[in-house]
Amino acid sequence: MTNLVLAAEGEFVAPGVKDFFLPPIFGEVTKPMVLVVLSVLIIAAFFLAATRKLSTVPGKFQFIAESIYDFGRNTIAREQIGSKDFKPFVPLLLTIFCFILVNNIFGIVPIIQFPTMSHIGFALAISLFVVYPVYHFVGFKKHGFVGYLKHQTLPPGTPWFVMPLMIPIEFAQKFVMNPLTLAIRVFAAMFAGHLLLLVFTLGGEFLLMQENFLLKLVSPVAFLFAIALTFLEALIMVLQAYIFTLLSANYIGMALAEEH
Amino acid sequence: MVNTLILSAEGGPSPVLPHTSEIILGLVAFLILLFIISKFVAPRFEALYAERTAKIEGGIEKAEQAQAQAQKLLEQYKEQLAEARAEAARIRDDARAEGLQIIEELREQAQAESARIVAQGQHQLDAQRAQIVAELRADLGRTAVELASKVVGESLEDETRRRGTVDRFLNELDAVAAPASK
Repeated sequence: MTNLVLAAEGEFVAPGVKDFFLPPIFGEVTKPMVLVVLSVLIIAAFFLAATRKLSTVPGKFQFIAESIYDFGRNTIAREQIGSKDFKPFVPLLLTIFCFILVNNIFGIVPIIQFPTMSHIGFALAISLFVVYPVYHFVGFKKHGFVGYLKHQTLPPGTPWFVMPLMIPIEFAQKFVMNPLTLAIRVFAAMFAGHLLLLVFTLGGEFLLMQENFLLKLVSPVAFLFAIALTFLEALIMVLQAYIFTLLSANYIGMALAEEH
Repeated sequence: MVNTLILSAEGGPSPVLPHTSEIILGLVAFLILLFIISKFVAPRFEALYAERTAKIEGGIEKAEQAQAQAQKLLEQYKEQLAEARAEAARIRDDARAEGLQIIEELREQAQAESARIVAQGQHQLDAQRAQIVAELRADLGRTAVELASKVVGESLEDETRRRGTVDRFLNELDAVAAPASK
């Protein structure tokens, strides 16, 4: 950030895409890569520590971990998949939720301050290479190849004359769009949110550096906005993690559903 | 730093084009986390849930048993209480009946006694009367005979004598009458 301001040399350069591709820390390793590994370590350590000694009457620490697990298990998995089949998907959905949540929250953690999911590659890795194969696999397994294709593209009760329209749309949605939109949603939210924070923070900094005293006075407004937006971002980060998990569960549930 | 500046001038790489390295790293990291959670975390939580469910169900069952037992005891106590009440009432009735009977008996006894006493008195009275009559009768005869012999034996010499005879008779009569009236 500082070098950008230096580069500007008196003229404000709006933050842009370039701020998301910082130079590698060492070799080929970049900041988001380190953060992803860090998130795995944090989540694994947290849950392993919390579940080491579980008791039926939970302590404070266990209660927190249990609440998160409960949220993934009952609020998301059971609601979306149904109480019959949801059990095997609980670890998957819990992992998705925690993974995305922690990586998003990195965006407002001091010093770290970078949401990993603002790099589309990480979001795609989960949506395209985990959620997408999982829900189609369980769907094919349950309904058979043709049965599943019919199940996904032909909602029951479709009149015959809309079929030519319905089938391609449903097919495109279920087999092409869903994983992409899933990834793009969280990526775009994180990218835009981080950009917004950068604008206000760098803008405030730029104003503070100006010779003109009046401009210096304006800079706190920009910082105030940056702080307010940080809270908004926190909300969005949690919400995006929730939505990603919810939709994943929803796709699995739809693939497994008996009827639409 | 120079690189960054050049990149900034060009506007940087497209943000929507994923980096292959990031996809691979993200996937590997995610799968490792998924492995840890599904291998260790989730089973522990599920075991806890099962244990908790079992405990709660056991608790409910126990509570139901306790309640049933309490209900049974209550019934038992109620039954006993009713029995005791009935018993008490019966005893009270018995006592009352017995009391009445005792009173009746006592009255009968008293009546019999009084009748007996009255009869005895009457009897005694009768006996005394008969005795007195018998005594009187005997005395009267003798006195009459005595009097007559005195009247006949003594000549009527003078007025004074006659008076004396009568007086003696009367005195004698008094003397006889006095013991008889005792």
